[in-house]
Amino acid sequence: MESFLNRYRSITVLLLVILAQLVLVAFQVKNDRDVRMIRVWTVTAVTPVARLVEGLRGGSLGFIRNYVMLRDTHEENRRLQAEVGRLKLDNYYLKSELNMAERAKALAVFQSQTPSKTVAATVIGIGAGTNSKVVMVDRGTVSGVERGMAVVTPDGIVGKVITAYPMASSVLLITDPDFAAGVVSQKSRVHGTLKGQGTPVCRVDYVPFEEKVEPGEWLYTSGDDRIFPRGFPVGVVKVVRGAQPFKEILVDPSGMARGLEDVLILVEGVHQPIPDSPPANQPVFIGSPPPADDGKAPDNPRNGPPGAPAGTEADKLRTQYQDIGAAQGHKFGEGVPGSKPPDFNLKPGPAGAPAGSGAAPPPSKAAPPPGGASHP
Amino acid sequence: MSYTGGHILLSSQREGQISRFPAWVMVVVPLGAILFQVYVPLFFEFLSFLEMPLLVVVYFALMRRSQIAGLTVGALVGLAQDSLSKNPLGMLGIVNTLVGYFAASVGLRLDVDHPLIRMLLTFFFFLFHQLFYWLMARALLGQQLAFEVQRTLVLGLLNAVVGISLFHFLDKLRKAT
Repeated sequence: MESFLNRYRSITVLLLVILAQLVLVAFQVKNDRDVRMIRVWTVTAVTPVARLVEGLRGGSLGFIRNYVMLRDTHEENRRLQAEVGRLKLDNYYLKSELNMAERAKALAVFQSQTPSKTVAATVIGIGAGTNSKVVMVDRGTVSGVERGMAVVTPDGIVGKVITAYPMASSVLLITDPDFAAGVVSQKSRVHGTLKGQGTPVCRVDYVPFEEKVEPGEWLYTSGDDRIFPRGFPVGVVKVVRGAQPFKEILVDPSGMARGLEDVLILVEGVHQPIPDSPPANQPVFIGSPPPADDGKAPDNPRNGPPGAPAGTEADKLRTQYQDIGAAQGHKFGEGVPGSKPPDFNLKPGPAGAPAGSGAAPPPSKAAPPPGGASHP
Repeated sequence: MSYTGGHILLSSQREGQISRFPAWVMVVVPLGAILFQVYVPLFFEFLSFLEMPLLVVVYFALMRRSQIAGLTVGALVGLAQDSLSKNPLGMLGIVNTLVGYFAASVGLRLDVDHPLIRMLLTFFFFLFHQLFYWLMARALLGQQLAFEVQRTLVLGLLNAVVGISLFHFLDKLRKAT
């Protein structure tokens, strides 16, 4: 027996090690329990080195920025960024309250309620392994962090704490296939379950086919999962496909839109109402300014006569009617009912005198009243 | 030991010398590889394709030419990777144990100082690692992970190229014989 074991020593050890690890996996999967001790050992071994490296990186970068390039500007920027983040949360809370009630009432409610208590944390590493959507943050049980706590940024939810160690915690990101959270749509208050897919886009399950959810609609946490307080932004609906029995909804999460470096762990979550309007920090499209007026005749007749002010079609039409009124001595808004309106078929000349009606605008019957041309 | 000829198969056991490393190398290098995997992609996301712990396991197993040493390094590094992931402990441990064992077995028969052999072995073990993990995730955990063959082949090639440079660097940490 002994000679047999000596001869096949390597393969015997291999089988024993594989068997031991299979038992380990089976134990965890069957009992849904973790072997915490081994994880604590590894995290305790890795995180101090990660902190050291991060400190060296931050220190060297800080030195360059603070003392060589910008002296104290970097520190000031960090402080201001932290303050902006805090003010964003306060602002969001206030706006959601003000959307629901009068200002005085909202202020009274705001004073009576305490916003969520949070702990700021920095991401110091990502989870090892294939397709992993887990990050390590530098706050643990010493800072009051516990397993199951929600992790957010001012822009939305980010994930939840799955393991809390003394000096660090693992956070399961919203994009992980194992992640799930209860969400509710902003307009129609449709409830669903947000799930990660391992990609930057998440999906929402269990929304019945007959419910109405539109692309562009915001989703908020519903609070049903008892992890995320109600009313935190989740993301924007990107795609809605009709399917039986549940809709297929894809969501662009907002919490990690601007990277993931600093997060907030909700130590004490406070439920908030779902606001009627999207979050204030939603990007707004602003078009380019109109081109400078160079006095040349426009190529496109829709652009109006030379010298006409730039603006919308309504602006141009109003200016045109004002010119016609001025040329005929008519003052808009002063005529009594039944009095003769100005002749809108006459077109004022360049000097203000009435000209022919060749290139006239549409008849007055179809045209809106001059005073009714609204500015957007 | 230096590569001297054109042959890649060892004609006798005596040709394959066992490389020895200082104790600190055996601790610091795997720890550094794990740290690299969890920390560096935070700032350089494109480097997340690198399976540094696997490369280190392959290297030590090949150079130590001991199956027990190889599987031990593989098991420890794999368990450490599992500890830092959300997976049950043992998933990557089993895969890396097998990689360490087979790499050491190959190291007994091939001249593993040959760069081409190193590259081919690294490529092969990367594919084995990915495929076996995918199989285990499906069989043991019931996870429906995607296995993209083309992407895996490209990543295997990239890891093999990086592996050659890494192995060359680690060669300098060997004890002189």
